[in-house]
Amino acid sequence: MAALISTYAVADRPLKAHPGVGETISQTLTMAHRAYLKMMRNPEQFFDVTIQPLLFTAMFAYIFGGAISGDVKAYLPTIITGILAQTALTASMSRGTQLREDMDKGVFDRFKALPIARIAPLAGPAVADLLRYGIAATLTIAVGLAMGYRPGGGVGGVLAGWALTIFAGWSLSWIFTWLGTIMKSAGGVQGTGMMIMFPLTFLSPAFVPKETMPGWLQAFVDVNPVTLVINATRDLMNAGDVTLSVVWALVGCAAVVAVFAPISVRSYSKFL
Amino acid sequence: MTTTELAVSASGLVKTFGDFTAVDGIDLEIRRGEVFGVLGPNGAGKTTTLKMLATLLPIDAGKAEIFGVDVKANPHQVRQLVGVTGQYASVDENLTATENLVLFGRLLGMSGKAARAASEELLESFGLQEAAKRQISKFSGGMRRRLDLAASLLSRPPLIFLDEPTTGLDPRTRGQMWDTIRTLVAGGSTVLLTTQYLDEADQLADRIAVIDRGAKVAEGTSEQLKTSVGSSTLHLRLSDKHQVAAAAAVAEKVTGERPVLTPEAGGVNVPLADADRAADVLIGLRHAGISITTANVQQPTLDEVFLALTGHGTESAENPDGPAHAANHTDIPEEVA
Ligand SMILES: Nc1ncnc2c1ncn2[C@@H]1O[C@H](COP(=O)(O)OP(=O)(O)OP(=O)(O)O)[C@@H](O)[C@H]1O
Ligand SMILES: [Mg+2]
Repeated sequence: MAALISTYAVADRPLKAHPGVGETISQTLTMAHRAYLKMMRNPEQFFDVTIQPLLFTAMFAYIFGGAISGDVKAYLPTIITGILAQTALTASMSRGTQLREDMDKGVFDRFKALPIARIAPLAGPAVADLLRYGIAATLTIAVGLAMGYRPGGGVGGVLAGWALTIFAGWSLSWIFTWLGTIMKSAGGVQGTGMMIMFPLTFLSPAFVPKETMPGWLQAFVDVNPVTLVINATRDLMNAGDVTLSVVWALVGCAAVVAVFAPISVRSYSKFL
Repeated sequence: MTTTELAVSASGLVKTFGDFTAVDGIDLEIRRGEVFGVLGPNGAGKTTTLKMLATLLPIDAGKAEIFGVDVKANPHQVRQLVGVTGQYASVDENLTATENLVLFGRLLGMSGKAARAASEELLESFGLQEAAKRQISKFSGGMRRRLDLAASLLSRPPLIFLDEPTTGLDPRTRGQMWDTIRTLVAGGSTVLLTTQYLDEADQLADRIAVIDRGAKVAEGTSEQLKTSVGSSTLHLRLSDKHQVAAAAAVAEKVTGERPVLTPEAGGVNVPLADADRAADVLIGLRHAGISITTANVQQPTLDEVFLALTGHGTESAENPDGPAHAANHTDIPEEVA
């Protein structure tokens, strides 16, 4: 023990002023690995990304299919892409409650006391969540295919839509990460998250054509980032076209990250 | 930049929560290589002070430097110098001991291999190797504390903060923790430790600051603190409890000071300006025909020092004659440093 500790008294070693980019990335990946280990030990974290896509896809298709598109099969191109965006959003919502619960635990005191980039404890779990979004997107598409969905975009289009869904989930999760850093309780994050999630999913063309909504509502639908994602996914998966919608969706997602990642880090580290 | 002789230099630290001032202008100077004890009852502001120094809480007013590095201006550098073991174990409950240490090692920039080696070495030093693959949620309190300390040592920090390192530990585990702390200091580390236990500060700390209600009320070595209270005490037990008042009268006549009584136990505690006066008191009692079962002369304990300095007891020292003690010593000078 003495031998182990004898080299401890080196106060005069060179000190870094800030964590570098490479260090930040490596710390984020380390944090992602921690989140991944926790996820694997707590399979409940996979409920929302497995059961929900299975249930919702089948349910919505059979309930709304006839009314909206005449029959279930004709509705599938609409509903599958809609559910993809919806599950990306609901799956990303749990980022906020998870972070809040995590931050209340003692280990976050250590993360704060370590000389690491402030963004690493926030970004790490978001990276690990890519796995969850991947599962949700894969299952939704698989259920659709099983029900007879034949995407016009082919394999390439479907893969592109799948990737866009995952990217959208990751981007939107920063909104909830921010909520997690500013709210006092996990319950509060959950409640506020719901209030954000419902208008974003339902005031979009996820389940019904925009044209059936009143004009003033359409104005909101047009600027809803979820709408951008849905339009882009439809163009990719159902037509195989890389349209302007796709560009807009990517820009919208990037904008969400550009706004919410910095303010999350700021409120997380506002103690100094 | 870190050429200063002081490991910690803080002046006028203030922390307020709403309109409650938890830390109210504390100054601290800790030399390299010393164990500095911050002693205070529940809610005194020990944790808050430590957290400000460790960059875990913003400093509302005042200035702090760690090895000459300003805490407010360069938190990232301060974090490279300090290992923090908080009051509540700050390890991940869902991971095993090894996974925890490897996680922290990787975050500190070690390669996976180096982190695993360091983890193994530390677990062995702290007697945790059998528990290496167990989840922390299944650890006992003592194991958690040891793992927590091990985690703080991964970066080999020159300055170590220990917030109540032995609270809740059984006497044997506490002894082990003390040995570990002594080893750290022998290796050249500087240790800032908070405690509610006066004997812990007495045992470990080179110098002690007593804080109460967010302010420092005294500072010095434990000897200095004890001397500051001035007198030793003659502790007497009477054969007959009913003679307590009579015995007190005799003692007061001899010493000129009023003794502190515990009538239920037949106890009379006589403050002595000079330990030699004890004999005079005993002779006085003999003449008065008062018989005693035990008598001993003691230097004041840190408990008594604490009572004298703060005017109220620590949780551990709260006993029936506590307030009487306090009243007895209200004329003690405030600052001893
Ligand atoms: N985040 C906070 N918000 C409001 N009040 C706080 C906060 N943290 C601490 N306090 C208050 O500040 C005071 C000092 O607290 P602190 O935890 O520093 O005491 P302590 O000396 O460490 O006590 P203990 O021995 O119980 O650990 C207490 O009255 C506490 O209630
Ligand atoms: Mg405390």
